[in-house]
Amino acid sequence: MEAMQTTETMEKTVQENGLYRDAFAALERGRRDEPAWLRRLREEAFTRFSELGFPSAKVEAWKYTNTAPIAEKVWTPAPRSAARGAVSERALAPWRIPGAVEIVFVNGTFSEKHSRVPVARGGVTVQSLADLLTSSPEKAEAWIGKQTAGEVSAFASWNTAFFVDGAYVEIVPGAVVTTPVHLLFVTAQENALVVSSPRVLVLAGARSQATVVETYVGDGEAVSLTNAVTEISVRESAVLEHLKRQEESRSAYHVHAIETRQARGSGFTQHNLTIGGLLARTDLNTLFTGEGAECTLNGLFVGSGTQHLDNHTRIDHAQPHCSSRELYKGILDGKARGVFHGTILVRKGAQKTDAMQTNKNLLLSREALVDSTPALEILADDVKCRHGSTIGQLDANALFYLRSRGIDEDHARSMLTYAFAADVAGRIKIPAIRSQIETLLGLRFSQTGSEEISS
Amino acid sequence: MTENSSMLEIQNLHASVAGNEILKGVDLTVRSGEVHAIMGPNGSGKSTLAHVLAGRPGYEVTQGRVLYKGVDLLAMTPENRARQGVFLAFQYPVEIPGVSNVYFLKNALNAIRKARGESELDAMDFLKIVKEKAKLVDLDEELTKRPVNEGFSGGEKKRNEIFQMAVLEPSLAILDETDSGLDIDALRIVAAGVNALRSPERSMLVVTHYQRLLNYIVPDFLHVLVDGRIALSGGKELALELEERGYTWLEKEPAPAATGANC
Repeated sequence: MEAMQTTETMEKTVQENGLYRDAFAALERGRRDEPAWLRRLREEAFTRFSELGFPSAKVEAWKYTNTAPIAEKVWTPAPRSAARGAVSERALAPWRIPGAVEIVFVNGTFSEKHSRVPVARGGVTVQSLADLLTSSPEKAEAWIGKQTAGEVSAFASWNTAFFVDGAYVEIVPGAVVTTPVHLLFVTAQENALVVSSPRVLVLAGARSQATVVETYVGDGEAVSLTNAVTEISVRESAVLEHLKRQEESRSAYHVHAIETRQARGSGFTQHNLTIGGLLARTDLNTLFTGEGAECTLNGLFVGSGTQHLDNHTRIDHAQPHCSSRELYKGILDGKARGVFHGTILVRKGAQKTDAMQTNKNLLLSREALVDSTPALEILADDVKCRHGSTIGQLDANALFYLRSRGIDEDHARSMLTYAFAADVAGRIKIPAIRSQIETLLGLRFSQTGSEEISS
Repeated sequence: MTENSSMLEIQNLHASVAGNEILKGVDLTVRSGEVHAIMGPNGSGKSTLAHVLAGRPGYEVTQGRVLYKGVDLLAMTPENRARQGVFLAFQYPVEIPGVSNVYFLKNALNAIRKARGESELDAMDFLKIVKEKAKLVDLDEELTKRPVNEGFSGGEKKRNEIFQMAVLEPSLAILDETDSGLDIDALRIVAAGVNALRSPERSMLVVTHYQRLLNYIVPDFLHVLVDGRIALSGGKELALELEERGYTWLEKEPAPAATGANC
């Protein structure tokens, strides 16, 4: 009850004190050169943000995640210039993807120094959003805020009002791009209470095929907030693999909305890997705008200490003959808390929908907690929808089996935990990225490091 | 340790599971190189005995002691028992998705080798052992790369147990109903694998419900467990008598050699 009151107070803070009004006005003054449509969009978004305020526990979608720790702090928008070059190459090295087209953002702003070939290459254009707004504002206009697949949240509105930069990825129709595109976002935390608001647009042209990776990491331990929005359009018969991995510091707050629209016959595979952050919330909204499209959502969240990791997914079957496959796994240790909320909406007329959702959770300690809520809303009558959810501990029989062969208890536990997680990582198609993630999980769970456990 | 010295000494062993006393005073001595069979009706405590020896959590020893090579076995963790050479072939081998057989077994073997003061094996040497031992129980080498027991047939699971035993080379192997669920061909293969592992340095405790297995794995001694105690001991010919007469006649008589009276 107390927490709720705090949040309500914060809603008032935003409105009455006009806390971010000053910050917004200051930004606006520096944006006189921005196109009128964008200034209007930002104004509307800021108004919506002010009206909604930070969501309280009364808002169903935020029932299990208390935003008060974010609401009660006064965040300063990341400065546009100061961020450049503030990150060491050493901090970036573990996250780079060999061979990828890679552009790096420091506190949400493009860093040329750290980026690798952010130019048109083999059917793909990768550039900073700030560049796009200067060079082809009409492209940006057709895009920004247009891919929304669900209701726009206060956080997403805040992003629209405040974003300074981000990435624009366009895959030419028909192009098969085998080189992954990597967007690497680093929070440089030399200054406390900085909010970064990166905006990402991904346009997968008709019949194209590509892989886009978004990585969010922190360099330093100061308190920070990333409030990101990614908009993705998968055009007719395009195939897009999108991977988000988040390993920000344990004092970071992270909120990210990924909005995807899928046209007829398209395929979208999304991997969502959450490991870092003190409080991390990802909203994945996917909307089928054409028939015969397929979407696969794979998620893994791994928390310990006092981490709070929340994943909300929503698949909107607005068209017939579409299929969705969703597998989310959570591993929680210490006093960590996990939330999985998976909505599958099958609209009237979306016949022959084939949807399957699975959420499996592993609790490694007595105090770890997970809230798993499948929410199926089915308004069509000729559909196949299945869902399942489990919450459990490590299998005592498996543990004893391993120990009875001479493997010590800690190692047996880490082997079983890794195996539980590896199944999700194993679904990533690009070998370089898959092995990077397997290494990461190996380090997290196993004393043997990156040694291959699964065959 | 000299030949024919004591491998396992079970003295007045009492054990409970979830508050129910299952073992009510078991006495048994197994010497080096001997194969002992333990038979008995369902619920007599055969599997409980096997699990207590392997150290399964949840099995509480309330009385008695067990010496393994002269050392207190019950004080050891399950992994230490394995490292000292105790092996349990499970009645129901556990499926472990995501962990490959070879990865698991390589870790197990190296943990055991380390405890023995031997060097750890590299991947090449290990795979050579895998090849050789898989042949022993006619286990498809492909199965060794798959996740532990996942999607294995009943026979494949049992063969995998004996395969693991062959790789780990224990001093004391406890086979818990290794024959259950096997057809005669699978039984022959498993038994041949077990027989190939018989040696003067290795003892075996073969737990079975049916005499059939003992046609293939011929024990040196046979004990009948009834209501948590060994009701009768003898040679391999006792198996045939049990096959003929069943167990009921034993259940009605007081246990002849019961030492630790349970009252």
